[in-house]
Amino acid sequence: MSPLLPLILLPIVGAAFILIGSGARFTALVASATSLLFSLVLLASYQFGGDQPYQFVHSWPIIPAMGISLTLGADGLSLVMLLLTSLVTLAAVAVARTPEKSPHWFYASLLFISAGGLGAFASIDLFFFYMFHELALIPTFLLIGIWGSGDRQAAAWKATIYLALGSFVLLLGLIGLYLIQPDGMRTFDLRAIIGLADAGFLPEANWVYLLLLVGFGILVSLFPFHTWAPQAYASAPAPAAMLHAGVLKKFGLYGLIRIAAPIFPDTVLNGFVAIPMPFGCHPVEIGLANLLLILLIGNILYVGYVTTAQRKLDLMLGYSSVMHMGYIFLGFAAMNALSLTGASILLFAHGLSIAALFALSGEIRERTGTLDFSELGGLAKPMPAFGLLFGFAAFAAIGLPGFVGFAGEILVFFGAFVGGDLLMGVTATGKEIFQLNNFQVATVCAAWGVVISALYMLRAYRRIFFGPLSDRWAGLPEISGPARVAIVALIVVMLVTGFFPGLLIKLIESAAI
Amino acid sequence: MISSFPAEFCVFVLGIILLLADSFFEKIDKRILAYIAISWLGIFLVAVCFIPLSPLWPVPFGFYETDDLARVFKGFALVATILTLILSLEYAPVVERLIPGSRPGAGLSEYFILPVFTCAGLMWMASAADFVMIFCALELVTISFYIQVAYTRRSMASLEAGTKYLILGALSTGFLVYGITWIYGMTGQTALGGISFVLGNVPVASQTALLFGIGLVLVALGFKVAAAPFQFWVPDVYQGAPTPTTAFLSTASKAAGFVVLMRVIEPFLVAPAIGAKLISALSLLAGLTLIYGNLAALPQTNLKRLLGYSSIAHAGYLLIGVASVGSAFAGRAVVFYLFGYLLMTFLAFLVLIPVAKAAGGDDISHFNGLARRSPSLAFFLLISMLSLAGLPFTVGFLGKFFIFESAIQQQHLVLVALGVITVACGFYYYLKVVRAMYWQAPPEDAAPIKVSALTRFTAAFLTAAILILGVYPAPLLRLLP
Repeated sequence: MSPLLPLILLPIVGAAFILIGSGARFTALVASATSLLFSLVLLASYQFGGDQPYQFVHSWPIIPAMGISLTLGADGLSLVMLLLTSLVTLAAVAVARTPEKSPHWFYASLLFISAGGLGAFASIDLFFFYMFHELALIPTFLLIGIWGSGDRQAAAWKATIYLALGSFVLLLGLIGLYLIQPDGMRTFDLRAIIGLADAGFLPEANWVYLLLLVGFGILVSLFPFHTWAPQAYASAPAPAAMLHAGVLKKFGLYGLIRIAAPIFPDTVLNGFVAIPMPFGCHPVEIGLANLLLILLIGNILYVGYVTTAQRKLDLMLGYSSVMHMGYIFLGFAAMNALSLTGASILLFAHGLSIAALFALSGEIRERTGTLDFSELGGLAKPMPAFGLLFGFAAFAAIGLPGFVGFAGEILVFFGAFVGGDLLMGVTATGKEIFQLNNFQVATVCAAWGVVISALYMLRAYRRIFFGPLSDRWAGLPEISGPARVAIVALIVVMLVTGFFPGLLIKLIESAAI
Repeated sequence: MISSFPAEFCVFVLGIILLLADSFFEKIDKRILAYIAISWLGIFLVAVCFIPLSPLWPVPFGFYETDDLARVFKGFALVATILTLILSLEYAPVVERLIPGSRPGAGLSEYFILPVFTCAGLMWMASAADFVMIFCALELVTISFYIQVAYTRRSMASLEAGTKYLILGALSTGFLVYGITWIYGMTGQTALGGISFVLGNVPVASQTALLFGIGLVLVALGFKVAAAPFQFWVPDVYQGAPTPTTAFLSTASKAAGFVVLMRVIEPFLVAPAIGAKLISALSLLAGLTLIYGNLAALPQTNLKRLLGYSSIAHAGYLLIGVASVGSAFAGRAVVFYLFGYLLMTFLAFLVLIPVAKAAGGDDISHFNGLARRSPSLAFFLLISMLSLAGLPFTVGFLGKFFIFESAIQQQHLVLVALGVITVACGFYYYLKVVRAMYWQAPPEDAAPIKVSALTRFTAAFLTAAILILGVYPAPLLRLLP
C-alpha cells in the first residue's frame, strides 16, 4: 500500500461526495487542504540519499501480459510537482466564487483536474501516467464551456480538440517506446525502461522521440501548436485557468524531462530526421536539437512579441504562459544537469506565479467586469494591497531575483549556454565555451525574452494600477478573505523558495533524471 | 451433468416455444414473453460460459468450429440480444403506436421474438467454418433483420429503411454467393480448412480468379460491417429503423461480420502472395472507412444518425485491427474492441430511448440541458460518449490502445496516423452531445423523463462495466481466445 494512492483518491472522493450532495465549496476546501497537508507530510518523510530515488512505491498489476501495472511512486521531482499541484488546487478552490449554475459540477470538476495532475505526477508506469493526465481533459472542457466568459464555446472546443490530438500523438509515442524494447522484456515501467536504455538494449528511435516531442509539445503549447492556450485561459474561469496553466500544462515538460531526457539523451542532442524528397533528390536531414531550439525561440520571441501586443489582461497572461514554456524547453534541450535542474525549478516557479496572476486577474474581472487596459487605470488607489500583490506576482513572473523563478532561469541560462555535456570549468576552457554554437545563440535570444516579459508585465501593471482613476472604479472593494490568503500564500512560497532555492535543488538532485 | 451444450439449438427452440406461447395465450401481456426470453437467454449465457459447446448435429469435420472464438461470440450474441430485448421493452409503447392492430399489444410479441431467432443465426455464424454454413447463417440473420428494420409499419422512415436494407442486403448476398463460387472454382473447396490445405499444398491455377472471388466476398462482408465504400445504407437505415433494432444491427450484426471476416481471411494468409494483397485491400478499406465515417459524422445533428456514422467510424478502427492480423495480439484486440463497442453503444441507446420519448425526437438538440432534467441519465450518456471518443479510464480507450499497438507492430503507420487524426474528429462530434447536455439550458416546457427501473439498472450496470474494464481489463482479456 502506497500513501500516494489515498493522495490521488482524496480529490476523487471529495468530488464524489460533492456530486452526492454535500456542501460543494466546503467539501472541496477540506479535500484540497487535506491533500496539501498530505503532500507536505510525504515531503517531510522523503528520505534523501537512499539507494532508491523512487519511494512510497507500490504496484498493482493490471495487464501483466503487456507489462502494464498501476505503479505509484515518487522521487524528489515528483514530490515537487505533487506539492505544486496540491498548493495550486487549494489556492484555486479558495479563490473560486461559487457559481449560480450547477455549483456541484463546478467544484467537482476542479477536484477532478487536481486528481488527474496528482495521479500523473505520482505514476511511474507510463500507461497510467498518460491516463491520469487525460482525466483532466473533460473537466476542463466543462469548466470553460459552462462557466467561462467571452467566446467560451469556441475556446473550449479548440483546446479540447488540440489536447485530444496531442495526447493521441503522445500515445503513439508511448506505444513506440514500448515496441522498441526487446520482445519479452517489454514494459511500461519507467524505471525498467531507463534500465534497458542504460544497458544499451534500446535501438536508435528518432521517430519515437519525435512523436513524444510533438505530443508533449502540443500539450505544453510549444510553438507552433500553442494557439489553443491563450484563448482557453482567457475564457476559462479563474480557478480553471490557475489549475490548467499552473499545473496541468507542466505535465508535458515533466514528461519530456522524465522520459526523453534519461532514455534518449543522445537522440535529443544529436538525432535527426530525414524527410524524403520527391524526384530522387537527397532527403533533407533536420537535426532534432536544432528543430527544438527553433521552436522554443518561436515560443520566447514570437509569442513574446505577440504578448506585448495584447490589449486585455487575460489574453496577455495566456500568451505569457505560453511564452514562458520556452525557457523550460531550453532547459530540456540543453540536456545537462544544470539546465535540467533549472527547467524543473521553473516548472514549479511558473506554476505558482501564473496561478497567482490568473487569480488576481479573475478578481479584477469580478470587480470591474472588464480586463481591457483602455478601460482600467489607477486601481492602486482604491485597492493598495491588491496592487502590491499584483506587483509581487508580476515580478515573480518576470523572474526578479528573490523569487524562485530567478533561480530557475539563471540555471537554465547557464546550463544552456554551456550546452551539451561540457562540464563548465572542469574540462572546458573559456575558449571552448565561447564558440557561439546554436545553444548559445538560442540562450542569447532567450535572455532577450526576459526583457520582453518585463516590458509587457510592467506595462500591464502601469495601465491597470497607475494613471488617472476613473470615477467608475473609485469604490472598488479591497482584496480580502480566502482569496487574499491564497494569493499571499502563493507569493510567500515563491519568496521562500526564491531565497532558499537549495530546498528545491536538493529534492530535484535526488530525482532519477 | 451436461457434457456439451448445443447453444443455437436451445435458442432456436426457445424462439419456437415463444411463438407457440404467443398464439395459445392471446390474452397475456406480451411483455411477459420478453421477460421469459431475457431470463432464458441469461441462463444460456451462463451455460455458454461454463459448458463446452457441442455442434447442432453430427456434421462432417470442418463445417462447424467450437473453438474459443466461437464461444466468446456466442456469448456476445446472447448479451447483445438480452440488451436488445431490454431496449425493446422500453420502446414497446412506440411500437404499439406505430403498428395498426385491432387489440392492444398486437404485433408486439413478434417484435420480442424475432431477436431470438436473429440470435440463433448470429451464434451459428460464430461457429461457421464452411462457406455454405456461413452463407446460411448470414441469411438467417439478415432476413430476420429485414423484418425488424421495417417493423413499425406506420412510420415512413422505417419502411424506407426496410426497403433500402432489403435491396442492398440482397445485392450484397449476391456478391457473396458469386464470390464463393469463384473461390470454389479455384480451390474445389467450400470449407475454410480445406481451402487452407489446398492453398498450402497445390499451386492455384489462376491467382487472378481467386483474388476476384475473395474481392467479391470482401465486398459482401464490407456491406455487413459497414465499411466504406459499402456503407451508404447505414445512416438511413440506422435512423429509420426502430431504435432497439438500430442498436442490435450496429453491434451484433457488425460483430458477426467481423468474426466471419477474421475466419474467412485466415486460410488465404497461408499463401503469402495472396495474403499480402488481402492485407493491403483490408488496409485500404480501413483507411477509407476511417476517413468517411469520421468526416461524415462531423456535421450530424441527429443522435441516431450520428451513432450510425460513428458505427462506420468504429468499423474503421476494427478493420485496422483485422489488417494487423500478423500481430499475435490483433485478434484479441479486435474482440476486445467489439465488446467495448457493444457496452458503450447499448448504453447510448438505453439513454436515447427514454429521452427521445419524453422530448419527442432524437435530435441532439432534444438533449439540451439533460444534465439538469435528469442528472443520472446525462451522466450515463456522458460516459458512453467519452468511451466512444476513446478517453482513458473507459473501455473505449483500451480498445483503441490495443488496436494501435498491433497496427504499429505491423508497421501500418499510415493507418495509425489516420486513426489518430480521426480520433480528434471523434472528440468533436461526441462532445457535441456532451455540450448539449451540460452547456445548454433545458427547454422551458421540458417534460419529466420516465425511465423504468430495469433500464436504469441496466444503464448503471453498463456504465460500471465501461469504467471498470477501462481501468482493469484483465477479466475480459482472460475470456478472449
